[in-house]
Amino acid sequence: MTLELTTDVLVVGGGPAATWAALKAAEEGASVVLADKGYCGTSGATASVGTGVWYVPPEPDAREAAMASREALGGYLADRRWMARVLDETYERINELADAKYPFPAGPDGTSLRTGLQGPEYMRRQRIRVRRAGVTILDHSPVTELLTSFDGAVAGAAGHQRQADRPFRVRAGAVVLATGGCAFLSKAFGCNVNTGDGALFAAEAGAELSGMEFSNSYGIAPEHTSVTKTAFYNYATFYRADGSVLEGAGSQRGRSVIARTLLSEKVFCKIDLADEAAQKAMRLAQPNFFLTFDRLGVNPFTDPFAVTLLAEGTVRGTGGIRIVDDGCATTVPGLYAAGDAATRELICGGFTGGGSHNAAWAISSGSWSGRAAARFARSIGRGTRRVQAVGGAGLRPAGKVADVDVAEVVRTVQAEVLPYDKNYLRHGDVLRDALGVLDGVWESLRSLESVGTASVTARQAAAMVAHARWMYTSALVRNESRGMAKRLDHPELDPLQHHRITSGGLDRVWARPEVVAA
Amino acid sequence: MIELISTQQCIACDKCILVCPTNVFDRGADGLPVISRQSDCQTCFQCEANCPADALFVAPHTHPLPEASFAHDEEHLRRTGLLGSYRRDIGWGKGRTPGAALAVGPALSPSGPPLIS
Repeated sequence: MTLELTTDVLVVGGGPAATWAALKAAEEGASVVLADKGYCGTSGATASVGTGVWYVPPEPDAREAAMASREALGGYLADRRWMARVLDETYERINELADAKYPFPAGPDGTSLRTGLQGPEYMRRQRIRVRRAGVTILDHSPVTELLTSFDGAVAGAAGHQRQADRPFRVRAGAVVLATGGCAFLSKAFGCNVNTGDGALFAAEAGAELSGMEFSNSYGIAPEHTSVTKTAFYNYATFYRADGSVLEGAGSQRGRSVIARTLLSEKVFCKIDLADEAAQKAMRLAQPNFFLTFDRLGVNPFTDPFAVTLLAEGTVRGTGGIRIVDDGCATTVPGLYAAGDAATRELICGGFTGGGSHNAAWAISSGSWSGRAAARFARSIGRGTRRVQAVGGAGLRPAGKVADVDVAEVVRTVQAEVLPYDKNYLRHGDVLRDALGVLDGVWESLRSLESVGTASVTARQAAAMVAHARWMYTSALVRNESRGMAKRLDHPELDPLQHHRITSGGLDRVWARPEVVAA
Repeated sequence: MIELISTQQCIACDKCILVCPTNVFDRGADGLPVISRQSDCQTCFQCEANCPADALFVAPHTHPLPEASFAHDEEHLRRTGLLGSYRRDIGWGKGRTPGAALAVGPALSPSGPPLIS
């Protein structure tokens, strides 16, 4: 028996952007359903990791400094107007959280410190707030495809509830995709639910992407472990196996030195620049950072430990679904995008270290998209539209049906996007070869038919392959080095390429320059 | 990865089955949770953080550990205080102060604000 629901707004995802979207849509008077692949409250990067927040008081000098600080890093692709409105919205929403009793800590002078959020605490409370707002939460309910009406507008979504093992369909006046970025099942902290599903759904409905070349973020973690929290590596020294210092290696600048060295030898680390007071304070700020060390029996301040870099793709990259207005609408009527599923170039251009800006973007874009989706749903009214499901690859074969080993597809795409010498240290020749492989895998997924739980994994695989193809196609259009999109064969920034790159397409992937509004 | 469910401490509340973002657990015939899909575990520690009985242990490794590993030695985990340590550290559980309220870390630059996450 299929679970059938009808609502004004459907929010797909369950992290920060999704919960803010659900809250603000409900405040607008809309009925709201939130469908999360996992469990709203624990799902996604923020819930496990925690996050800094780009929270800046509305003082002109502070705001100016905040906006100026990342412009060069981002390759001058951010937009001041968007930065300003994100700073405004984030300031209000974080204060709203404080009013809702989130326990922000107090500084030495007693002032409430609001520039960060503990992940488990933040998302546990967001779940409670969403429930109190009357939102219907569907946990363990991965969406597998969108529904569209005869005029092409998005009109809901369908999927399969994993624990109940039954299909579900939600007809909606508008849909917000807040499914997170794509980390290619790299096991980066909390990121394995982030397989880029929303971007696939959006593209199938006709939406575009932007900034997909900004998709090669890698987080530092102790070898064979998951915790990719990197702030405290600012207090670290990196070493070779013989104990000599690895020159040029660092967390903020010099992560590529670590990547390059890891191709041929192990890299070790000690967080040896923190004094005793800092060490103690670190444990309070990030208890999850120490989970790994305490359980391995390693003292990270005195014992060298081997490190690795885990791909965080577009989770800490900035590429995603293209936004076309202040309400975070996509190019498709009735479809909105928020958080890491959407492009974050508007506020950080081609670089973000995750956290801070991404967190502010999730809060802001979530709130805006929720409100806008509620208004859109109201404008079209409650009448029943005829809908069709538009999912393709991995779900509904384009021609002949064939058996496809989905686990093998995942291994193949991972082999093209996880290695440092392919995705991190990019070269045009390597990207072109990778695209050849990825196009072939996509082709095979077009002949796969799947239902039930199998459709969830098949669609994740399709989303990852699509993501990888948009990434590398976009990277090949940017023949320069800007933001995080660096090319070994084009190492300099080219002032003539001061544009964003829009991409899209499924069977035929395309990417083209898009002039940045002055 | 999730390596241990203490049958001694588990109260069969189904919370871990519910909160695991990657759906690793099932309910066993005896009502206790079982680790059905360990390879899907993303080592996020959420099951442990949400277990009201401190009955779960997640090893930091992203690959399964052998039978003889410390992660399967319940007595060792209890003695060393590792069992339930994440919940304790984030201040979840009755009578504890939420860790968020105390999360004042070091500053990353001399003039910067203290890190609180």
